[in-house]
Amino acid sequence: MDELLVPLLSTLGATLRVATPLILCAMAGLVSERSGVIDIGLEGKMLAAAFSAAAMAAVSGSAWAGLGAGILTAVMLSGVHGFACITHKGDQVVSGVAINILVSGLTIVLGMAWFQRGGQTPQLPPEARFMPVWLGHNLMVYFALGLVPLVAWVLGGTRFGLRLRAVGENPQAVDTAGISVEGLRYRAVLIGGVLTGIAGTYLAIAQNAGFSRDMSAGQGYIALAAMIFGKWRPWPTLGACLMFGLLDAVAIRLQGVAIAGIGEVPVQLVQALPYALTVILLAGFIGKAVAPRAIGVPYVKDRT
Amino acid sequence: MRQTMATMALVLAAGTAAAQIAPAVVYSMGEKFDGSFNEAAYRGAERFKTETGIDYRDFVVSNEAQFEQAHRRFARLPANPIVGVGFLQTAAVTTVAKEFPALRFTVIDSVVDLPNVQSVLFKEHEGSFLVGMAAALAAKSGKIGFVGGMDIPLIRKFACGYEQGARHANPRIELIQNMTGSTPAAWTDPARGAELARGQIDRGADVIYAAAGTTGLGVLQAAKDRGKLSIGVDSNQNHLHPGSVLTSMLKRVDLATYESFKAARDGSWKAGVRVLGLKEGGVDWALDRHNAGLIGAEMKAKVEAAKADIVAGKITVHDYMSNNRCGA
Repeated sequence: MDELLVPLLSTLGATLRVATPLILCAMAGLVSERSGVIDIGLEGKMLAAAFSAAAMAAVSGSAWAGLGAGILTAVMLSGVHGFACITHKGDQVVSGVAINILVSGLTIVLGMAWFQRGGQTPQLPPEARFMPVWLGHNLMVYFALGLVPLVAWVLGGTRFGLRLRAVGENPQAVDTAGISVEGLRYRAVLIGGVLTGIAGTYLAIAQNAGFSRDMSAGQGYIALAAMIFGKWRPWPTLGACLMFGLLDAVAIRLQGVAIAGIGEVPVQLVQALPYALTVILLAGFIGKAVAPRAIGVPYVKDRT
Repeated sequence: MRQTMATMALVLAAGTAAAQIAPAVVYSMGEKFDGSFNEAAYRGAERFKTETGIDYRDFVVSNEAQFEQAHRRFARLPANPIVGVGFLQTAAVTTVAKEFPALRFTVIDSVVDLPNVQSVLFKEHEGSFLVGMAAALAAKSGKIGFVGGMDIPLIRKFACGYEQGARHANPRIELIQNMTGSTPAAWTDPARGAELARGQIDRGADVIYAAAGTTGLGVLQAAKDRGKLSIGVDSNQNHLHPGSVLTSMLKRVDLATYESFKAARDGSWKAGVRVLGLKEGGVDWALDRHNAGLIGAEMKAKVEAAKADIVAGKITVHDYMSNNRCGA
């Protein structure tokens, strides 16, 4: 019994741990994109938040101060993104990519200048981290799981959510009703900032014990893919995030294990598995993913 | 700079017999104070400076393309000898050493076959053998783990030495072995390192040896979080988690740097390949106040006995890279 149960539970636990930043980021992207603003900058915002959270936690010794710094940083970057593409109607993809490139370099430069450890922050003691509180998982894992029904309810059942979705489909209609398109989009982008801030903080001071260069390792992009998998809907997106998490956890645990009838699977094959499955699933199984109609289009009130 | 000039003036005035040298070191990727590889080279150079009063120049690159520029800049000064740390500098040292045949170069962790280059290699398998013994002796479950960085022969060499040492101490030991990845990103992924370590702990591993650069920090952290033991690598990492890091496999890059400078000064510097093993003090296991409580007297005696046997040639540790297989 134990032979089967222990690896199963351990794999499920790992799935949750790996999927948490994906869920947080995917929900951030979902809120932002349902309002019509593309959020390629998830990766960069998460990385920036990871760095500030680790730096703050290292200096102050408090995990909560780290969380505050992480959220603040990501919200500020979201503000920049909003300023560029909502207020000034710039290209949303360009602005997002610019954030990613800026952060990838800036975190290392600041890290080298402040901590002299090749861009890493010092290793954090348990007091300065979010440690497991229940069933081997920390607070943020449960927050991420609780977030999904919350987002589903806000988008589907509240006045704010209905307006947010409307602004992503048909901003003219919302504007005609006398509601500020820019105001709504700003709010969506800033909510996204808060969530990516939590995701980054999770990476740096809950899952790990410090920042290291490029530690987000493409998870922001995987979260975007999960969101598209989930057709911009909270519950299917959660499913996609968990699937990516599971594939990663299985890949880690399959390594070096002999499977009955097949023998030991080569490391390289196991590591390519998540990517290969992603391509197959994207190509054949999810059907047509239709984006919000006004996505990527800055709203221009008056064309005269 | 001014200090160097002053020192040189002093040396001239004193008319010492020792050769005048202007040593320089080019670090591997990353910062000088990385707590590992580069910092070891820095410590070696500092030791030379303290002992001889001769200052050195050093260079921190921000990308791989700068290795060649750094070597050429030092060569034009001219600096002599120039130490390049890490196998990433192989191409740069080869090119620049050919351009400046009168200067002496030392490359660490790689072989460059030129008449003015000294190549320093380490017998990582011998040091890994010792920590493998310690791991097997400390593992109550009879299971130990290994987390490697990028899947390359050099890291297999660590794993192979570790396995031999563990079997030497306990023939029935079970080893769980994982590699983080097959690209250079595998060196800088502590989250994945931690996941791999947790997976091994779930499968019963009591002690995990990390030979994975920054990724290893995640392994050490995961072992600490779960109350298990870990083994550090390259530099002495015992202080990272006192009471949880069982020991570290030391790779004395500091010694290689120091000896290259010193030999150049004494006029005994030679080109060719130097291989530093247990006998030469190039590798070792780390004992200090941070792990004193973890290493029992019996364990210490057994490991030290094996160390003496390896030095005396009574035990031969198989080198994975000699035939790309773990086993003759």
